[in-house]
Amino acid sequence: MKRITGIGQYVPADSPVHRLDAAAKIGVVAAFTVSLFMLDGSQLSGFVGLALLAAAVVTATAISRVPVRAVVRGLKAVAVIMALTIVANALRWQPADALARLGPLAVDGAGLRTGVFFAMRIMLLVTGTSLLTLTTSPVQLAGGIERVLAPLKLVRVPVGDLAMTLTIALRFIPTTAEEAERIMTAQQARGASFDAGGPIARARAYAPVLVPLFFQLFRRADALATAMEARCYRGSEGRTRLVDSRMRPVDWVTMLVASTLLIATGWLL
Amino acid sequence: MALTLTQVACEYAAGTSLASVALSDVSLTLEVGQLVVVLGSTGAGKTTLLRAAAGLLALSRGTVDVDGRPASGARARRGAVGLVFQRPEAQFFSLTVEEDCAFGPRNLGRRPADALDDARGALAAVGLDPDVFGPREPWSLSGGEARRAALAGVLAMRPRYLLLDEPTAGLDAAGRDAVCAAVERARADAGVLVVTHDADVFLGGADRVLVLRDGRTAFSGDVPALLDALPALAEAGDVDPPEIPRALMLARRRGFAPGGALTLDVEAAADTLVAARRAAAGGAR
Repeated sequence: MKRITGIGQYVPADSPVHRLDAAAKIGVVAAFTVSLFMLDGSQLSGFVGLALLAAAVVTATAISRVPVRAVVRGLKAVAVIMALTIVANALRWQPADALARLGPLAVDGAGLRTGVFFAMRIMLLVTGTSLLTLTTSPVQLAGGIERVLAPLKLVRVPVGDLAMTLTIALRFIPTTAEEAERIMTAQQARGASFDAGGPIARARAYAPVLVPLFFQLFRRADALATAMEARCYRGSEGRTRLVDSRMRPVDWVTMLVASTLLIATGWLL
Repeated sequence: MALTLTQVACEYAAGTSLASVALSDVSLTLEVGQLVVVLGSTGAGKTTLLRAAAGLLALSRGTVDVDGRPASGARARRGAVGLVFQRPEAQFFSLTVEEDCAFGPRNLGRRPADALDDARGALAAVGLDPDVFGPREPWSLSGGEARRAALAGVLAMRPRYLLLDEPTAGLDAAGRDAVCAAVERARADAGVLVVTHDADVFLGGADRVLVLRDGRTAFSGDVPALLDALPALAEAGDVDPPEIPRALMLARRRGFAPGGALTLDVEAAADTLVAARRAAAGGAR
Protein backbone atom coordinates (compact mmCIF):
# COMPACT_ATOMS: atom_id res chain seq x y z
CA MET A 1 0.00 0.00 0.00
CA LYS A 2 1.08 3.53 -0.71
CA ARG A 3 2.45 5.36 2.29
CA ILE A 4 0.88 8.72 2.81
CA THR A 5 3.73 11.19 3.10
CA GLY A 6 3.64 14.93 3.00
CA ILE A 7 5.72 17.34 0.99
CA GLY A 8 8.65 18.66 2.97
CA GLN A 9 8.27 16.31 5.91
CA TYR A 10 10.92 16.98 8.57
CA VAL A 11 14.20 15.12 8.02
CA PRO A 12 16.10 15.02 11.31
CA ALA A 13 19.84 15.66 10.98
CA ASP A 14 22.58 17.62 12.68
CA SER A 15 23.55 20.49 10.42
CA PRO A 16 24.04 24.25 10.73
CA VAL A 17 20.73 24.73 8.88
CA HIS A 18 18.91 22.47 11.34
CA ARG A 19 20.48 24.27 14.31
CA LEU A 20 19.52 27.72 13.02
CA ASP A 21 16.64 29.20 15.00
CA ALA A 22 13.23 28.60 13.42
CA ALA A 23 12.31 32.29 13.51
CA ALA A 24 15.57 33.14 11.70
CA LYS A 25 14.81 30.52 9.06
CA ILE A 26 11.32 31.93 8.59
CA GLY A 27 12.90 35.37 8.11
CA VAL A 28 15.33 34.05 5.49
CA VAL A 29 12.58 32.20 3.62
CA ALA A 30 10.42 35.33 3.68
CA ALA A 31 13.30 37.34 2.20
CA PHE A 32 13.86 34.59 -0.38
CA THR A 33 10.20 34.71 -1.43
CA VAL A 34 10.14 38.51 -1.66
CA SER A 35 13.33 38.46 -3.71
CA LEU A 36 11.88 35.82 -6.03
CA PHE A 37 8.91 38.05 -6.83
CA MET A 38 11.03 41.19 -7.30
CA LEU A 39 12.80 39.64 -10.26
CA ASP A 40 11.64 40.79 -13.69
CA GLY A 41 11.11 38.00 -16.19
CA SER A 42 11.22 40.27 -19.23
CA GLN A 43 14.89 41.11 -18.70
CA LEU A 44 17.94 38.87 -18.96
CA SER A 45 18.89 40.06 -15.47
CA GLY A 46 15.77 38.33 -14.14
CA PHE A 47 17.18 34.99 -15.24
CA VAL A 48 20.56 35.82 -13.70
CA GLY A 49 18.67 36.50 -10.46
CA LEU A 50 16.89 33.16 -10.71
CA ALA A 51 20.23 31.42 -11.21
CA LEU A 52 21.65 33.13 -8.11
CA LEU A 53 18.63 32.18 -6.01
CA ALA A 54 18.83 28.62 -7.36
CA ALA A 55 22.49 28.56 -6.32
CA ALA A 56 21.37 29.70 -2.84
CA VAL A 57 18.87 26.82 -2.62
CA VAL A 58 21.47 24.30 -3.80
CA THR A 59 24.01 25.61 -1.27
CA ALA A 60 21.50 25.53 1.59
CA THR A 61 20.46 21.99 0.64
CA ALA A 62 24.10 20.87 0.59
CA ILE A 63 24.79 22.40 4.00
CA SER A 64 21.59 20.97 5.49
CA ARG A 65 22.51 17.36 4.55
CA VAL A 66 18.90 16.79 3.55
CA PRO A 67 18.75 14.15 0.80
CA VAL A 68 18.22 15.80 -2.61
CA ARG A 69 15.46 13.26 -3.21
CA ALA A 70 13.41 14.75 -0.37
CA VAL A 71 13.71 18.25 -1.86
CA VAL A 72 12.89 17.12 -5.40
CA ARG A 73 9.90 15.09 -4.22
CA GLY A 74 8.05 18.34 -3.53
CA LEU A 75 8.36 19.24 -7.22
CA LYS A 76 6.28 16.28 -8.30
CA ALA A 77 3.20 17.92 -6.84
CA VAL A 78 3.70 21.12 -8.86
CA ALA A 79 5.06 19.52 -12.05
CA VAL A 80 1.66 19.78 -13.73
CA ILE A 81 1.28 23.43 -12.76
CA MET A 82 4.78 24.15 -14.09
CA ALA A 83 4.04 22.42 -17.38
CA LEU A 84 0.73 24.25 -17.74
CA THR A 85 2.44 27.56 -16.98
CA ILE A 86 4.97 27.05 -19.76
CA VAL A 87 2.39 25.87 -22.30
CA ALA A 88 -0.16 28.56 -21.48
CA ASN A 89 2.43 31.32 -21.81
CA ALA A 90 4.22 29.94 -24.87
CA LEU A 91 1.16 29.27 -27.03
CA ARG A 92 -0.29 32.26 -28.84
CA TRP A 93 -3.06 32.70 -31.40
CA GLN A 94 -1.40 33.68 -34.70
CA PRO A 95 1.51 35.70 -33.30
CA ALA A 96 3.77 37.85 -35.45
CA ASP A 97 7.06 36.15 -34.65
CA ALA A 98 6.57 32.43 -34.16
CA LEU A 99 9.23 29.84 -33.37
CA ALA A 100 6.99 26.92 -34.36
CA ARG A 101 3.46 26.72 -35.70
CA LEU A 102 0.70 24.22 -35.05
CA GLY A 103 -2.23 25.27 -37.22
CA PRO A 104 -3.36 28.68 -36.01
CA LEU A 105 -1.56 28.15 -32.71
CA ALA A 106 2.09 28.96 -32.47
CA VAL A 107 4.91 29.05 -29.97
CA ASP A 108 6.03 32.57 -29.38
CA GLY A 109 9.59 33.38 -28.24
CA ALA A 110 8.69 36.02 -25.69
CA GLY A 111 5.83 33.90 -24.35
CA LEU A 112 8.08 30.86 -24.01
CA ARG A 113 10.59 32.92 -22.06
CA THR A 114 7.89 34.25 -19.73
CA GLY A 115 6.51 30.72 -19.24
CA VAL A 116 9.92 29.29 -18.40
CA PHE A 117 10.58 32.18 -16.02
CA PHE A 118 7.31 31.64 -14.15
CA ALA A 119 7.83 27.87 -14.02
CA MET A 120 11.34 28.34 -12.63
CA ARG A 121 9.96 30.74 -10.07
CA ILE A 122 7.40 28.16 -8.91
CA MET A 123 10.12 25.51 -8.76
CA LEU A 124 12.39 27.69 -6.60
CA LEU A 125 9.47 28.76 -4.42
CA VAL A 126 8.57 25.14 -3.66
CA THR A 127 12.11 23.88 -3.11
CA GLY A 128 13.16 26.95 -1.09
CA THR A 129 10.19 26.91 1.24
CA SER A 130 10.17 23.12 1.61
CA LEU A 131 13.75 23.41 2.84
CA LEU A 132 12.30 25.26 5.85
CA THR A 133 9.97 22.40 6.84
CA LEU A 134 12.54 19.75 5.90
CA THR A 135 15.05 21.15 8.39
CA THR A 136 12.72 22.36 11.17
CA SER A 137 10.73 20.09 13.45
CA PRO A 138 7.02 20.95 13.62
CA VAL A 139 7.31 22.01 17.25
CA GLN A 140 10.24 24.34 16.52
CA LEU A 141 8.37 25.68 13.52
CA ALA A 142 5.27 26.49 15.55
CA GLY A 143 7.46 28.15 18.20
CA GLY A 144 9.19 30.16 15.48
CA ILE A 145 5.89 31.28 14.00
CA GLU A 146 4.69 32.32 17.44
CA ARG A 147 7.77 34.50 17.93
CA VAL A 148 7.55 35.98 14.43
CA LEU A 149 3.91 36.88 15.03
CA ALA A 150 4.51 38.06 18.61
CA PRO A 151 4.14 41.78 17.78
CA LEU A 152 0.53 41.09 16.75
CA LYS A 153 -0.24 40.36 20.41
CA LEU A 154 -0.32 44.14 20.85
CA VAL A 155 -3.42 44.31 18.66
CA ARG A 156 -5.03 41.42 20.56
CA VAL A 157 -4.36 38.67 18.02
CA PRO A 158 -4.31 35.38 20.00
CA VAL A 159 -0.85 34.44 18.72
CA GLY A 160 -0.24 31.79 21.38
CA ASP A 161 -3.50 30.01 20.61
CA LEU A 162 -2.78 30.12 16.89
CA ALA A 163 0.64 28.60 17.49
CA MET A 164 -0.85 25.90 19.73
CA THR A 165 -3.47 25.09 17.07
CA LEU A 166 -0.73 24.86 14.47
CA THR A 167 1.44 22.63 16.66
CA ILE A 168 -1.45 20.26 17.31
CA ALA A 169 -2.47 20.20 13.65
CA LEU A 170 1.08 19.37 12.58
CA ARG A 171 1.38 16.79 15.34
CA PHE A 172 -1.73 14.95 14.17
CA ILE A 173 -0.86 14.70 10.47
CA PRO A 174 1.07 11.43 10.83
CA THR A 175 -1.50 10.07 13.31
CA THR A 176 -4.31 10.81 10.88
CA ALA A 177 -2.41 9.27 7.98
CA GLU A 178 -1.83 6.15 10.06
CA GLU A 179 -5.48 6.04 11.04
CA ALA A 180 -6.60 6.41 7.41
CA GLU A 181 -4.33 3.56 6.44
CA ARG A 182 -5.66 1.36 9.23
CA ILE A 183 -9.27 2.00 8.27
CA MET A 184 -8.47 1.31 4.61
CA THR A 185 -6.92 -2.03 5.55
CA ALA A 186 -9.92 -2.91 7.71
CA GLN A 187 -12.39 -2.11 4.94
CA GLN A 188 -10.24 -4.08 2.50
CA ALA A 189 -10.53 -7.00 4.89
CA ARG A 190 -14.29 -6.61 4.41
CA GLY A 191 -13.82 -6.90 0.66
CA ALA A 192 -13.67 -3.20 -0.26
CA SER A 193 -11.35 -2.29 -3.12
CA PHE A 194 -9.96 1.16 -3.71
CA ASP A 195 -8.28 0.68 -7.08
CA ALA A 196 -11.06 -0.75 -9.25
CA GLY A 197 -13.51 1.00 -11.56
CA GLY A 198 -13.64 4.49 -12.96
CA PRO A 199 -12.91 7.74 -11.11
CA ILE A 200 -16.46 8.01 -9.74
CA ALA A 201 -16.46 4.42 -8.46
CA ARG A 202 -13.09 5.06 -6.86
CA ALA A 203 -14.22 8.25 -5.18
CA ARG A 204 -17.28 6.44 -3.84
CA ALA A 205 -15.10 3.64 -2.52
CA TYR A 206 -13.53 6.15 -0.14
CA ALA A 207 -16.77 6.88 1.74
CA PRO A 208 -16.20 3.86 4.05
CA VAL A 209 -12.81 5.39 4.89
CA LEU A 210 -13.69 9.06 5.21
CA VAL A 211 -16.79 8.67 7.40
CA PRO A 212 -15.06 6.71 10.19
CA LEU A 213 -11.92 8.81 9.80
CA PHE A 214 -13.77 12.09 10.38
CA PHE A 215 -15.81 10.55 13.15
CA GLN A 216 -12.63 9.50 14.92
CA LEU A 217 -11.00 12.88 14.31
CA PHE A 218 -13.86 14.78 15.91
CA ARG A 219 -13.92 12.34 18.79
CA ARG A 220 -10.16 12.68 19.25
CA ALA A 221 -10.35 16.48 19.07
CA ASP A 222 -13.00 16.41 21.77
CA ALA A 223 -10.95 14.09 23.98
CA LEU A 224 -7.82 16.18 23.47
CA ALA A 225 -9.63 19.41 24.36
CA THR A 226 -11.00 17.82 27.53
CA ALA A 227 -7.59 16.46 28.46
CA MET A 228 -5.97 19.86 27.90
CA GLU A 229 -8.62 21.57 29.99
CA ALA A 230 -8.20 18.97 32.72
CA ARG A 231 -4.55 20.02 32.82
CA CYS A 232 -5.59 23.65 33.20
CA TYR A 233 -4.95 24.91 29.68
CA ARG A 234 -7.00 28.05 29.24
CA GLY A 235 -5.39 29.81 26.34
CA SER A 236 -1.84 31.05 26.14
CA GLU A 237 -2.23 33.70 28.85
CA GLY A 238 0.33 33.23 31.58
CA ARG A 239 1.84 30.07 30.11
CA THR A 240 5.57 29.57 30.43
CA ARG A 241 7.72 27.67 28.00
CA LEU A 242 9.60 24.46 28.77
CA VAL A 243 12.38 25.18 26.31
CA ASP A 244 12.82 28.92 26.11
CA SER A 245 14.40 29.37 22.71
CA ARG A 246 15.80 32.76 21.88
CA MET A 247 17.62 34.04 18.86
CA ARG A 248 21.35 33.66 19.49
CA PRO A 249 23.78 36.19 17.97
CA VAL A 250 24.66 33.64 15.28
CA ASP A 251 20.95 33.37 14.36
CA TRP A 252 20.63 37.14 14.06
CA VAL A 253 23.79 37.46 11.96
CA THR A 254 22.85 34.57 9.67
CA MET A 255 19.34 35.89 9.19
CA LEU A 256 20.38 39.48 8.52
CA VAL A 257 23.25 38.61 6.16
CA ALA A 258 21.28 36.00 4.21
CA SER A 259 18.17 38.18 3.98
CA THR A 260 20.16 41.21 2.85
CA LEU A 261 21.92 39.20 0.14
CA LEU A 262 18.63 37.72 -1.05
CA ILE A 263 16.75 41.04 -1.12
CA ALA A 264 19.71 42.70 -2.85
CA THR A 265 19.56 40.02 -5.54
CA GLY A 266 15.91 40.78 -6.14
CA TRP A 267 16.42 44.54 -5.95
CA LEU A 268 19.43 44.88 -8.20
CA LEU A 269 18.59 42.31 -10.87
CA MET B 1 -9.68 -27.78 5.07
CA ALA B 2 -7.21 -25.61 6.87
CA LEU B 3 -5.44 -22.31 6.90
CA THR B 4 -1.76 -23.17 7.10
CA LEU B 5 1.20 -20.91 7.78
CA THR B 6 4.53 -22.58 7.07
CA GLN B 7 7.74 -21.09 8.47
CA VAL B 8 6.50 -17.59 7.91
CA ALA B 9 8.91 -14.70 8.34
CA CYS B 10 8.10 -11.04 8.12
CA GLU B 11 10.28 -7.98 8.19
CA TYR B 12 9.09 -4.38 8.37
CA ALA B 13 10.92 -1.72 6.37
CA ALA B 14 13.32 -4.36 4.99
CA GLY B 15 16.56 -3.01 3.60
CA THR B 16 16.40 0.29 5.46
CA SER B 17 17.96 1.42 8.72
CA LEU B 18 14.52 1.05 10.32
CA ALA B 19 14.27 -2.65 9.41
CA SER B 20 12.81 -4.78 12.17
CA VAL B 21 12.00 -8.46 12.16
CA ALA B 22 8.43 -8.89 13.36
CA LEU B 23 8.08 -12.59 12.74
CA SER B 24 10.52 -15.40 12.03
CA ASP B 25 9.88 -19.07 11.35
CA VAL B 26 6.36 -19.26 12.71
CA SER B 27 4.19 -22.19 11.63
CA LEU B 28 0.52 -22.67 12.42
CA THR B 29 -2.45 -24.76 11.27
CA LEU B 30 -6.03 -23.62 11.75
CA GLU B 31 -8.75 -26.13 10.88
CA VAL B 32 -12.42 -25.34 10.44
CA GLY B 33 -14.15 -25.76 13.82
CA GLN B 34 -10.95 -25.18 15.80
CA LEU B 35 -10.11 -22.36 18.16
CA VAL B 36 -6.43 -21.41 18.18
CA VAL B 37 -5.30 -18.83 20.72
CA VAL B 38 -2.19 -16.72 20.18
CA LEU B 39 -0.59 -15.23 23.30
CA GLY B 40 2.49 -13.14 23.88
CA SER B 41 3.54 -9.81 25.32
CA THR B 42 3.03 -6.54 23.46
CA GLY B 43 5.30 -6.35 20.42
CA ALA B 44 5.79 -10.13 20.23
CA GLY B 45 4.41 -10.21 16.67
CA LYS B 46 0.81 -11.28 17.32
CA THR B 47 -0.86 -8.71 15.11
CA THR B 48 1.75 -9.24 12.39
CA LEU B 49 0.91 -12.94 12.45
CA LEU B 50 -2.78 -12.14 11.89
CA ARG B 51 -2.02 -9.76 9.06
CA ALA B 52 0.25 -12.31 7.44
CA ALA B 53 -2.46 -14.98 7.73
CA ALA B 54 -4.95 -12.60 6.12
CA GLY B 55 -2.59 -11.90 3.22
CA LEU B 56 -2.17 -8.23 4.08
CA LEU B 57 1.61 -8.42 4.41
CA ALA B 58 4.39 -9.31 2.05
CA LEU B 59 6.22 -12.27 3.59
CA SER B 60 10.00 -12.33 3.55
CA ARG B 61 9.93 -16.13 3.79
CA GLY B 62 7.42 -18.96 4.15
CA THR B 63 3.99 -19.61 2.72
CA VAL B 64 0.35 -19.22 3.68
CA ASP B 65 -2.03 -21.80 2.21
CA VAL B 66 -5.81 -21.60 2.29
CA ASP B 67 -7.42 -25.03 1.90
CA GLY B 68 -4.24 -26.39 0.37
CA ARG B 69 -3.91 -23.65 -2.22
CA PRO B 70 -1.23 -21.01 -1.89
CA ALA B 71 -3.05 -17.71 -1.63
CA SER B 72 -1.10 -14.53 -2.04
CA GLY B 73 -2.67 -11.14 -1.66
CA ALA B 74 -5.83 -10.15 0.16
CA ARG B 75 -7.96 -10.52 -2.95
CA ALA B 76 -7.24 -14.26 -3.33
CA ARG B 77 -8.48 -14.79 0.21
CA ARG B 78 -11.61 -12.69 -0.14
CA GLY B 79 -14.49 -14.40 1.53
CA ALA B 80 -12.47 -17.33 2.82
CA VAL B 81 -10.58 -15.45 5.52
CA GLY B 82 -12.31 -12.86 7.68
CA LEU B 83 -10.18 -10.49 9.71
CA VAL B 84 -11.41 -8.37 12.62
CA PHE B 85 -8.98 -5.69 13.69
CA GLN B 86 -8.55 -4.19 17.14
CA ARG B 87 -11.47 -1.93 17.99
CA PRO B 88 -13.37 -2.74 14.79
CA GLU B 89 -16.28 -0.56 15.88
CA ALA B 90 -14.14 2.38 14.70
CA GLN B 91 -14.80 1.29 11.12
CA PHE B 92 -18.58 1.84 11.07
CA PHE B 93 -19.68 4.19 8.32
CA SER B 94 -23.27 3.33 7.43
CA LEU B 95 -26.36 4.89 8.97
CA THR B 96 -27.73 1.62 10.28
CA VAL B 97 -26.12 -1.42 11.83
CA GLU B 98 -27.59 -3.87 9.30
CA GLU B 99 -26.40 -1.76 6.34
CA ASP B 100 -22.91 -1.73 7.81
CA CYS B 101 -22.97 -5.49 8.27
CA ALA B 102 -24.14 -5.92 4.67
CA PHE B 103 -21.11 -4.01 3.34
CA GLY B 104 -18.88 -7.11 3.28
CA PRO B 105 -21.36 -9.49 1.60
CA ARG B 106 -22.17 -6.84 -1.01
CA ASN B 107 -18.47 -6.44 -1.76
CA LEU B 108 -18.42 -10.17 -2.38
CA GLY B 109 -21.06 -9.63 -5.05
CA ARG B 110 -24.13 -10.92 -3.18
CA ARG B 111 -27.48 -9.43 -4.14
CA PRO B 112 -28.63 -6.61 -1.82
CA ALA B 113 -31.52 -8.64 -0.41
CA ASP B 114 -29.27 -11.66 0.22
CA ALA B 115 -26.59 -9.44 1.71
CA LEU B 116 -29.13 -8.01 4.13
CA ASP B 117 -30.21 -11.55 5.07
CA ASP B 118 -26.56 -12.45 5.70
CA ALA B 119 -26.18 -9.33 7.82
CA ARG B 120 -29.26 -10.08 9.91
CA GLY B 121 -28.21 -13.68 10.33
CA ALA B 122 -24.77 -12.59 11.51
CA LEU B 123 -26.30 -10.13 13.99
CA ALA B 124 -28.38 -12.93 15.45
CA ALA B 125 -25.26 -15.12 15.62
CA VAL B 126 -23.48 -12.58 17.81
CA GLY B 127 -26.52 -12.34 20.07
CA LEU B 128 -27.92 -9.04 18.80
CA ASP B 129 -31.60 -9.24 17.82
CA PRO B 130 -31.66 -8.04 14.17
CA ASP B 131 -35.10 -6.47 14.60
CA VAL B 132 -33.92 -4.38 17.53
CA PHE B 133 -30.33 -3.61 16.58
CA GLY B 134 -30.50 -3.78 12.75
CA PRO B 135 -32.16 -0.38 12.22
CA ARG B 136 -30.16 1.41 14.92
CA GLU B 137 -27.32 3.83 14.29
CA PRO B 138 -23.96 2.13 14.83
CA TRP B 139 -22.77 5.03 16.98
CA SER B 140 -25.64 4.59 19.43
CA LEU B 141 -24.46 1.12 20.52
CA SER B 142 -22.71 0.41 23.81
CA GLY B 143 -19.08 -0.79 23.77
CA GLY B 144 -19.91 -4.50 23.91
CA GLU B 145 -22.78 -4.19 21.43
CA ALA B 146 -20.63 -2.23 18.98
CA ARG B 147 -17.84 -4.81 19.20
CA ARG B 148 -20.31 -7.62 18.48
CA ALA B 149 -21.94 -5.67 15.62
CA ALA B 150 -18.50 -5.15 14.06
CA LEU B 151 -17.80 -8.86 14.47
CA ALA B 152 -21.13 -9.55 12.74
CA GLY B 153 -19.96 -7.36 9.84
CA VAL B 154 -17.20 -9.89 9.17
CA LEU B 155 -19.25 -13.00 10.03
CA ALA B 156 -21.82 -11.85 7.45
CA MET B 157 -19.25 -12.69 4.78
CA ARG B 158 -19.37 -16.27 6.09
CA PRO B 159 -15.59 -16.74 6.24
CA ARG B 160 -14.23 -20.25 6.74
CA TYR B 161 -11.43 -18.78 8.83
CA LEU B 162 -12.02 -15.99 11.29
CA LEU B 163 -9.05 -14.01 12.59
CA LEU B 164 -9.65 -11.82 15.63
CA ASP B 165 -7.22 -9.26 17.02
CA GLU B 166 -7.84 -8.68 20.74
CA PRO B 167 -11.60 -9.04 20.45
CA THR B 168 -12.20 -8.36 24.16
CA ALA B 169 -9.81 -5.44 24.71
CA GLY B 170 -11.44 -2.56 26.53
CA LEU B 171 -14.73 -4.34 27.23
CA ASP B 172 -16.42 -4.87 30.58
CA ALA B 173 -17.13 -8.36 31.93
CA ALA B 174 -20.57 -8.57 30.27
CA GLY B 175 -19.15 -7.45 26.92
CA ARG B 176 -16.33 -9.98 27.21
CA ASP B 177 -18.75 -12.82 27.91
CA ALA B 178 -20.97 -11.80 24.98
CA VAL B 179 -18.01 -11.65 22.55
CA CYS B 180 -16.75 -14.96 23.88
CA ALA B 181 -20.15 -16.57 23.30
CA ALA B 182 -20.24 -15.13 19.76
CA VAL B 183 -16.80 -16.59 19.04
CA GLU B 184 -17.91 -19.96 20.38
CA ARG B 185 -20.93 -19.89 18.03
CA ALA B 186 -18.82 -18.80 15.04
CA ARG B 187 -16.73 -21.93 15.57
CA ALA B 188 -19.62 -24.04 14.27
CA ASP B 189 -18.75 -23.11 10.66
CA ALA B 190 -15.32 -21.54 10.89
CA GLY B 191 -11.84 -21.97 12.26
CA VAL B 192 -11.14 -19.15 14.71
CA LEU B 193 -7.74 -17.66 15.46
CA VAL B 194 -7.76 -15.28 18.43
CA VAL B 195 -4.91 -12.99 19.38
CA THR B 196 -5.46 -11.91 22.96
CA HIS B 197 -4.11 -10.80 26.31
CA ASP B 198 -7.24 -12.22 27.94
CA ALA B 199 -5.98 -15.78 28.44
CA ASP B 200 -8.70 -16.22 31.08
CA VAL B 201 -11.49 -15.75 28.55
CA PHE B 202 -10.38 -17.93 25.64
CA LEU B 203 -8.07 -20.68 26.97
CA GLY B 204 -10.95 -22.80 28.25
CA GLY B 205 -12.18 -23.69 24.76
CA ALA B 206 -8.87 -23.55 22.89
CA ASP B 207 -7.72 -26.50 20.77
CA ARG B 208 -4.22 -25.15 20.38
CA VAL B 209 -2.17 -22.35 21.84
CA LEU B 210 0.71 -20.48 20.26
CA VAL B 211 2.89 -18.22 22.37
CA LEU B 212 5.10 -15.71 20.56
CA ARG B 213 8.22 -14.05 21.92
CA ASP B 214 10.11 -11.49 19.83
CA GLY B 215 8.52 -12.86 16.66
CA ARG B 216 9.48 -16.46 17.40
CA THR B 217 7.48 -19.39 18.67
CA ALA B 218 8.02 -19.65 22.44
CA PHE B 219 5.40 -22.36 22.82
CA SER B 220 3.07 -24.33 20.59
CA GLY B 221 0.75 -27.06 21.83
CA ASP B 222 -2.58 -27.87 23.47
CA VAL B 223 -3.90 -26.43 26.73
CA PRO B 224 -2.60 -29.18 29.11
CA ALA B 225 0.89 -28.74 27.60
CA LEU B 226 0.55 -24.97 28.00
CA LEU B 227 -0.37 -25.41 31.68
CA ASP B 228 2.79 -27.48 32.15
CA ALA B 229 4.87 -24.76 30.53
CA LEU B 230 2.96 -21.92 32.19
CA PRO B 231 5.33 -21.21 35.12
CA ALA B 232 8.26 -20.73 32.72
CA LEU B 233 6.20 -18.65 30.25
CA ALA B 234 4.84 -16.48 33.05
CA GLU B 235 8.37 -16.06 34.42
CA ALA B 236 9.55 -14.83 31.00
CA GLY B 237 6.64 -12.38 30.84
CA ASP B 238 5.07 -13.97 27.75
CA VAL B 239 1.77 -14.93 29.32
CA ASP B 240 -0.31 -13.32 32.00
CA PRO B 241 -1.47 -16.51 33.75
CA PRO B 242 -5.22 -16.96 34.21
CA GLU B 243 -6.48 -16.53 37.78
CA ILE B 244 -6.89 -20.20 38.75
CA PRO B 245 -3.50 -21.51 37.60
CA ARG B 246 -1.97 -18.38 39.07
CA ALA B 247 -3.45 -19.17 42.47
CA LEU B 248 -2.10 -22.72 42.23
CA MET B 249 1.31 -21.44 41.15
CA LEU B 250 1.41 -19.10 44.16
CA ALA B 251 0.40 -21.99 46.46
CA ARG B 252 3.22 -24.06 44.97
CA ARG B 253 5.73 -21.30 45.44
CA ARG B 254 4.72 -21.16 49.09
CA GLY B 255 5.50 -24.85 49.40
CA PHE B 256 1.94 -26.10 49.18
CA ALA B 257 0.52 -28.71 46.75
CA PRO B 258 3.73 -29.10 44.75
CA GLY B 259 2.52 -32.33 43.14
CA GLY B 260 -0.80 -31.12 41.74
CA ALA B 261 -1.05 -30.24 38.05
CA LEU B 262 -2.13 -26.74 37.04
CA THR B 263 -5.69 -26.48 35.76
CA LEU B 264 -8.16 -23.93 34.43
CA ASP B 265 -11.07 -25.62 36.19
CA VAL B 266 -12.21 -24.26 39.58
CA GLU B 267 -13.41 -27.66 40.85
CA ALA B 268 -10.20 -29.42 39.84
CA ALA B 269 -8.16 -26.66 41.49
CA ALA B 270 -10.17 -27.00 44.70
CA ASP B 271 -9.67 -30.78 44.58
CA THR B 272 -5.91 -30.32 44.15
CA LEU B 273 -5.74 -28.02 47.17
CA VAL B 274 -7.96 -30.26 49.31
CA ALA B 275 -5.89 -33.33 48.38
CA ALA B 276 -2.68 -31.48 49.26
CA ARG B 277 -4.16 -30.37 52.57
CA ARG B 278 -5.24 -33.94 53.39
CA ALA B 279 -1.83 -35.31 52.45
CA ALA B 280 -0.18 -32.70 54.69
CA ALA B 281 -2.56 -33.49 57.55
CA GLY B 282 -1.99 -37.25 57.06
CA GLY B 283 1.79 -36.74 57.05
CA ALA B 284 1.58 -34.76 60.28
CA ARG B 285 -0.48 -37.45 61.97
